Amino acid sequence: MYRYDEFDHDFVQARVAEFSDQVQRRLAGEITEDQFRPLRLMNGVYLQLHAYMLRIAVPYGTLNSKQLRMLGHIARKYDKGYGHFTTRQNIQFNWPALSDIPAILADLASVEMHAIQTSGNCIRNVTADHFAGAAADEAADPRPYAEILRQWSSVHPEFSFLPRKFKIAVTGAERDRAAIQTHDIGLHLKKNAAGELGFAVYIGGGQGRTPMVAKKIRDFLPEADLLSYCTAILRVYNLYGRRDNKYKARIKILVHETGIEEVTRQVEAEWQELKDAELKLPEADIRAIEAYFASPQLSERPEGDEAVKLARLVSKSFSDWLDQNVVTHRHPDYAAVTISLKGIGEVPGDASDSQMEAVADIAEKYGFDELRVSHEQNLILPHVARADLKAVHDALVDIGLATANSNLISDIISCPGLDYCALATARSIPIAQEISRRFSSLERQREIGELKLKISGCINACGHHHVGHIGILGVEKKGAELYQVTLGGSADENTSVGEIIGRGFSSDEITDAIEQIVETYLGLRLNPQEKFIDAYRRVGPAPFKEALYAGEAKAA
Amino acid sequence: MKVLTANRLTDGIAVWYADGGWADTVDNADIAHDKAAEDRLEAIGAAAYAGNEVVDVNLIDVSVVNGVVEPVRLREKIRAAGPTIRNDLGKQAARAA
Repeated sequence: MYRYDEFDHDFVQARVAEFSDQVQRRLAGEITEDQFRPLRLMNGVYLQLHAYMLRIAVPYGTLNSKQLRMLGHIARKYDKGYGHFTTRQNIQFNWPALSDIPAILADLASVEMHAIQTSGNCIRNVTADHFAGAAADEAADPRPYAEILRQWSSVHPEFSFLPRKFKIAVTGAERDRAAIQTHDIGLHLKKNAAGELGFAVYIGGGQGRTPMVAKKIRDFLPEADLLSYCTAILRVYNLYGRRDNKYKARIKILVHETGIEEVTRQVEAEWQELKDAELKLPEADIRAIEAYFASPQLSERPEGDEAVKLARLVSKSFSDWLDQNVVTHRHPDYAAVTISLKGIGEVPGDASDSQMEAVADIAEKYGFDELRVSHEQNLILPHVARADLKAVHDALVDIGLATANSNLISDIISCPGLDYCALATARSIPIAQEISRRFSSLERQREIGELKLKISGCINACGHHHVGHIGILGVEKKGAELYQVTLGGSADENTSVGEIIGRGFSSDEITDAIEQIVETYLGLRLNPQEKFIDAYRRVGPAPFKEALYAGEAKAA
Repeated sequence: MKVLTANRLTDGIAVWYADGGWADTVDNADIAHDKAAEDRLEAIGAAAYAGNEVVDVNLIDVSVVNGVVEPVRLREKIRAAGPTIRNDLGKQAARAA
């Protein structure tokens, strides 16, 4: 993975010193809250319902054991013994004292981490496919480009005060696991007929109160043009993006109001001015960054097949986990493992200090010291020899992280909701927990098959409800929580925004409603291979509306 | 009925104005029963904000149940107790101990 050079170290240390000074001046009353708020936000410090919250960047979701161990240490020493992994592949701590944050940032800097640009109207943490570098289906590892974007966008003087926040995601595979079409810029790394690397470029995607699917404006942008082209996009957005209304300030609104043809024309015109200048990426520089992401030495471990076969015979729990949480690796003797942070009835995305430390140990022992955070709020061991899978499984069982539910209905994305968040209008975690408990039977979950359920506690959509096969949005209505259901969303290469199915449900009703939707699907699918999303796309909302609301219509 | 709430500057912990100071729980918060009392609390909040004691100062609706002050809105109930999903966190943790 990427290692800080001298410049990176100095840069992060300087920022720690600068923000520590700002915190001290704030605590001493030398600067006001109005002056301090933008400074703390630039350093990832929010104020939530119960306390401050610190959001720490995990660039493109990549961590090593030392870093995860440090996160566990911070959870224990400065927080309340746990952290929450987010849909931006970051981690949040919910209880840090402002007075401790300089010490936390110093600890983070010691393992090459920081909280810079995890908030504010700037380019946020660049996200990537969580199987990057391991996936059997990728054209190339997208992370070197995410790292180039990170370096370019960090305290970029021109793009530090954008009309609104700006999110970029990169995938290197046809199968999009990074939800690139829900981003301000989505990049699909691929090879052209000549075998050269480049990107399909999408712009104008986003969720929030106005969900939009990104539009492709380039089918193949040569890799050398990555920064000049992104700069052109950001320049057009920075110039024409609305600043009069924060709800209309994202690039998706600019694209929607101006039209994709005109925005594309403006971007291309701007790019003509930039493309042959200093932003053109030298081949040697790309390859130098790429070298940081070189694959670990994956020695031949052909004994894996036999080991897995035998272990399956003796352990049903291992067999279930293997079927659900282990995916094919580009090397036949290896696999990528999803560590579910979605134990039945647990808080999605939460991990305790001791779990973080234990996972760090597992990664060190069996996973070449590599870890990933997925935008689906799980942890990933990208390179595990198949021969070691049983040992990894058993170690995860010991720490309660071997739930075999990846991509099933209990693998729920959920924002923190009203239990923590100052913006939330309803709780989301208890709904996720109740649904998870309702569908706790693995047999039943597997019968249902792949189903992405996503919950947000307000219209800002941090829980990605718009792109859930089943999405749940919590709102406040007449002083009570109300949950609106959308169906048919997805965040893959066929991204779609879900449709509101009808009136919302109370917190007492919502789990029954979800069960009703699932039963309806099971009753109408053509065969067990037809996934929920495919069935929904075939039949549309009518059968689901009928199942949910027909009784009411008759009663009325 | 309203009470004055905020988050303490140094640690961000939710606090309520009671007996001339900022208390860690809502239980005995000073209640404003009329507009004049609300104005008085608001002025206290503004001064505490300006004095860098607290941030995010708000007057919130409450009722009194069995002699104990209770916020009306769910959001404020959660602030006063802690996350509903973890009884070991927030104010409720101290109560249970």
